Amino acid sequence: MNGFLKASVAIAALVGGAGMAMADCGIEKGSVRILSNDFAALHVVASAAETCASGTVTVTKNQTTEHKDIQVPALTTNPANYTVAMIATNSVTPLLTNDLVRPLDEYVEKWGQDLQESQLIRVDGKIMAIAYMVNAEHLFYREDILAENGIEVPTSFDEMLAAGQKLRDAGIANPLAVAYQSGWYLGAAFVNTYLGTGGEFFKDGTAEVDINNENGIRTLETLKAMSGYMSPDFITYSTNSLRPMWEAGDTAIQISWGSTTGQYIADDSAVPEVAKATKFAAAPTINGGSIPSAALWWDGFVIAKNVSDEDAEASFRAMMVGISPDTAAANPEVAVWLVKGYEPTPAAVGVVADLEGGARPYPMLPYMGLLHTALGDNLAEFMQGKESAEQALADVTAAYTTAAKEAGFIE
Amino acid sequence: MAFIWPSLLAMILFIAVPIVSVAYQSLFVEHQQIMTQVESCGPFGCKSEARVDAAAMAELRTEEPMGRYNGLGTYTNASHLAFGELRAAWAASEGFGDFFDKVMNLPFYKALIFTLCYTFIVTPLVIVLGFCIAVAVNAVSARLKGPVIFFSLLPMIVTPLIGALVLFWMIDSRGIIGATLQVLFNDPQLSLKASPTLTWVTLFVYGVWHSAPFAFVVFYAGLQTVPQDTLESAMVDGASRWERIKYVTIPYLMPLATFIALMQLMDNFRVFEPVIGFSAEASASSLSTLIYSDLRSGDFPLFGSAAATSLLTIFGVVILLSPVLIRTWREFKHKG
Repeated sequence: MNGFLKASVAIAALVGGAGMAMADCGIEKGSVRILSNDFAALHVVASAAETCASGTVTVTKNQTTEHKDIQVPALTTNPANYTVAMIATNSVTPLLTNDLVRPLDEYVEKWGQDLQESQLIRVDGKIMAIAYMVNAEHLFYREDILAENGIEVPTSFDEMLAAGQKLRDAGIANPLAVAYQSGWYLGAAFVNTYLGTGGEFFKDGTAEVDINNENGIRTLETLKAMSGYMSPDFITYSTNSLRPMWEAGDTAIQISWGSTTGQYIADDSAVPEVAKATKFAAAPTINGGSIPSAALWWDGFVIAKNVSDEDAEASFRAMMVGISPDTAAANPEVAVWLVKGYEPTPAAVGVVADLEGGARPYPMLPYMGLLHTALGDNLAEFMQGKESAEQALADVTAAYTTAAKEAGFIE
Repeated sequence: MAFIWPSLLAMILFIAVPIVSVAYQSLFVEHQQIMTQVESCGPFGCKSEARVDAAAMAELRTEEPMGRYNGLGTYTNASHLAFGELRAAWAASEGFGDFFDKVMNLPFYKALIFTLCYTFIVTPLVIVLGFCIAVAVNAVSARLKGPVIFFSLLPMIVTPLIGALVLFWMIDSRGIIGATLQVLFNDPQLSLKASPTLTWVTLFVYGVWHSAPFAFVVFYAGLQTVPQDTLESAMVDGASRWERIKYVTIPYLMPLATFIALMQLMDNFRVFEPVIGFSAEASASSLSTLIYSDLRSGDFPLFGSAAATSLLTIFGVVILLSPVLIRTWREFKHKG
């Protein structure tokens, strides 16, 4: 009898507990299944959304860098494997192209009191996605090392190269770092730098690529000159490879993602003296230009089309908790939030400087992904000094054109 | 005849049908995209941008789910056999070397050359090294044999990708092997990962390291069955250890060597994990990594292109194996 009583109390407590969690988000019923990329800010959002889980609401998440390759097949099935896909400027296009996401106007009206106009991604007048943070690559520098060597914070690539030489003369063998890993990262480095020149990637109004020009060559030459002050293994370094070198004091100036700054200057960093001296600024300008050579990105979420209305609404409401002003206020360092009430922190300095400097957004075109892949696959030989810039750009053009023909963008 | 039906059925279901479907797939490409200009707004302002008309495309796809028929167009385009580019390169080249450089710049031929080099360098080395290890282990005292065999098998036990990653970090210019080499050669800019030649060598060494245990196990099992009386009579005749290996053991194990060669030719022609594990895409691409990058190509998996490369790979394997298969077939008929 006693045992039965105890069990009843325990069950009542569990149900009561679930009821309380329900009261937090107010969702009655539904299944929330989140697919996202894998970095700190997204962990925060997904964990906040998870607090909406209750006896009747399940919240699951899959956070992986492979999300881009998973999302289209996973959302094509009916019902879709995921109800929410966290996406960015580039990864939203394949979902729009394949008509896999639902308009959110109705939900925004009902549950979007906390949203600001700048967060709404409208395509053809309909709200298709909700953005919650901006991201961009920008300059990271070691204030102490630069001051010791009498170097001003570089604002252009020319100044950055001069600083690299000065630091090398001062005994830091490979003072610069940018993620130039052959593949996506090298493609991203080209896109960032090319945007700084003011050039366009495609011939106006068509899917035909137009980078084998002065701007493209200047971009490549700049990347190559930068690599001269980097570790000889630069062609294998991704974003995640940069932090160990930074913390070891091997590098003093680098270009990397705004979404990683929080880790670099964290109070509990393994090397507090490096963390304290790490500062951020806008990405450098190129070719005497005035805008930072960085693509602006937004991160947001979409709701899958092929799920029940109940799950879709539950997902939207859980995500509203995930990106609520409270979440942003509790984690101001992890991202440059677009959320109401957010004030930029020291970690956001770089991205804000990019924004203020007039950096251009990453092109949200359906065929941009194909060009990015072609860039990533074909620039390594130039970077290693095995072919000319013209040849490399011709190879990119050929690879892109073949792929775009097969994908049906060029006749 | 009835007893072969179950395995024949399995072969049709799991091998023949997928290959036929891949072959069929390779003849098609995506529909022409129907584009519209659409006003899109976001945190960085509004812009009129090109978008794919999803509804119109969905209709097109229900009508013809396979896509546009392209015949052998995918096989001959610049990413595959590149006939047009070959012709242009031939016409514009000053000599054979120049032509070769131009061909090596075409993605398919670049990958093919690496794949063939990998296959023909790694395979014989695996056989020779595996045989040497087997002979050496066979000579070790019985008490030590267990542990020695275990350690010799380790490279095969370790998951290929993990093995590649461990070595990848060791040869980094800040890793134990990379840094040691820099000190040894007194060249702070020496990098095994930066130089294409050294990357190739690293991949070959990794391939041999990973596959040698397989050859070792097979040869070691074979060594246990070498007839002792023949070996003893050779000893009575005054044959040295080397002569016994050369005239008794090797001829006896020859069929096993053929078997290993077959397996390794097939495996190595599909080399994939090391290229990914060593982040060696900059310096080395294989036929399998071409397929991989097609399937992960930006936002549109290029199924037709991947299917075409797959079939070309199968074709390559058939050519590679044909000499051995023809010989086996002749022997079979001879016996029959």
